Amino acid sequence: MDRNSPPPPLRKRRITYVDLVLIGLVVAMIAYAVYRVNDVLVYNWNWDRVFSFILRYDEETDRWVTNLLVQGLLTTLRLAIWSTILATIIGVIMGYWRRCNNLSLRIISRAYVELIRNIPPIVFIFIFYFFISSQIFPMIGLSNLRHDSPYMDNALFRILFGDPRLFENFIAGMICLAVFEGAYITEIVRAGIQSIGKGQWEAGRAIGLSHFNILRDVILPQAIRKILPPLAGQFITLIKDSAIVSLISIQELTFLATEVAATTTKVFETWILVGAMYFVLCYFFAYVFGKLEQRSARSNG
Amino acid sequence: MNNNENTSPNKAPTHKSKSDPIVEVSGLCKWFGDFCALFDINFSVNFGEKIVICGPSGSGKSTLIRCLNQLEEHQIGTIRIDGKEVKPGMKNIEEIRREVGMVFQSFNLFPHLSVLDNLTIGPIRNRGMNKNDASEMAMELLDRVHISEQANKFPMQLSGGQQQRVAIARALCMKPKLMLFDEPTSALDPEMISGVLDVMVELAEGGMTMICVTHEMGFARQVGDRVIFMDDAEIVETSDPETFFSNPETDRAKLFLSQLLSH
Ligand SMILES: Nc1ncnc2c1ncn2[C@@H]1O[C@H](COP(=O)(O)OP(=O)(O)OP(=O)(O)O)[C@@H](O)[C@H]1O
Ligand SMILES: [Mg+2]
Repeated sequence: MDRNSPPPPLRKRRITYVDLVLIGLVVAMIAYAVYRVNDVLVYNWNWDRVFSFILRYDEETDRWVTNLLVQGLLTTLRLAIWSTILATIIGVIMGYWRRCNNLSLRIISRAYVELIRNIPPIVFIFIFYFFISSQIFPMIGLSNLRHDSPYMDNALFRILFGDPRLFENFIAGMICLAVFEGAYITEIVRAGIQSIGKGQWEAGRAIGLSHFNILRDVILPQAIRKILPPLAGQFITLIKDSAIVSLISIQELTFLATEVAATTTKVFETWILVGAMYFVLCYFFAYVFGKLEQRSARSNG
Repeated sequence: MNNNENTSPNKAPTHKSKSDPIVEVSGLCKWFGDFCALFDINFSVNFGEKIVICGPSGSGKSTLIRCLNQLEEHQIGTIRIDGKEVKPGMKNIEEIRREVGMVFQSFNLFPHLSVLDNLTIGPIRNRGMNKNDASEMAMELLDRVHISEQANKFPMQLSGGQQQRVAIARALCMKPKLMLFDEPTSALDPEMISGVLDVMVELAEGGMTMICVTHEMGFARQVGDRVIFMDDAEIVETSDPETFFSNPETDRAKLFLSQLLSH
């Protein structure tokens, strides 16, 4: 043996009897569930029927085209991205207000956060949807859009917002989710700002920087590094939370899945498939964000 | 860059004579909640003077110099900096802070900015200086604190002594008329202290008006014009460094010095 030989492993990782028993138990439970569905409920599985709602063979054009569930997934993704952006803007403003010197701004932001965190999401969405559809849309002139105008009926618009005819529907869902998630992002931002020591504020003040300049040049750049990981987590949470806007008929994945389940009567297949779609989407983002975080941790030493 | 005498920040402006006060404090009182941290503080500092403040922990030294640039707000008394009254909650406090440099015990450099950017951010944001002029001035100052080769590093990559010298240069970048130091060497490893003190001595010799909270007796003797001794929120004794350290008047100062020497 010499000192340059590869080191022996410290400890062997082996599957123990406990692992075998646990794995056996899990397999048995799954097998039992399948048995119950197949033989006791006498359920006829028909996966092809629901798969056709992902990809469908169009005989007229002789091509495979995406169907409802893929469109729903894309709408969910668009909803999640746009409402995260909007919620982040809300969160940065409110998160700053939470800590600022002005009493009324502090009260407003505190009330916003507490109100939303202490109402069930569904109840909030019902109340708020009524409010935006009856008040905000007429106010910003969204009630009489012309969907066939060249501004809306083009490829870029479709990529960004989906079907122009569903634009109001999309925006309503987006605003609901953004206002809802904004409360959580507010708390993330507040914690991020708070984590920057008061020495940084004092150093900024001591060289005569204005409050705004300290915030923009000193505090926020440092806070953002701390905010990004929980913000990425919140984005994934938002993908899952977005399912609740199906209740106000926003045409995202869960809403369309309800329709698919109803027309096909293939309830198990539809929801297992939709669950898998959510899982893949969320797990993918969790994986990517995890890798990005590792990399930035390494580059920051 | 035009090199008239005003671009040299550690030279006191020549039109002021040594007898003009730059700091006038009278009847200053400050409470934290019910706790009185400063009580009836009176003193003034002339242009070019070097004041050393010392006293036991908790006596209010930091609070006093932090009131001068309003990092702490006082309740009673008046503070004048270069003739302008400094009031709590005043609107243009930034204008006064730009004339008063401050160096902290814990450096408080901006960790996300390079050494050079730490220096230039003040002049660029406050004085509307362009980036090139600001960098040129910053490099000169880094040279003066013997650290110009580190300009593109980040604060975390420097030793404590180097960081503190960067912090001094950052304060000088605003071309202050007055420099405040709050125990600038007490967070440093012993071998780092002399580098920082050397810079401070050079600054003093260049004519800068300085108020230093420090227990470095050698420094106080070498550059100090006066020592202000504080205890329990009050100024107990003011004398020249030689008298203070060898022959203090009050018992409290004697006790403090004996404890300081026994370390
Ligand atoms: N923000 C604050 N809130 C409440 N009390 C404070 C605050 N800052 C300082 N104090 C109190 O005021 C007193 C004076 O504090 P100060 O920091 O001025 O002392 P110091 O003389 O600088 O002491 P040291 O040598 O330990 O730095 C201390 O008793 C301290 O506990
Ligand atoms: Mg102190």
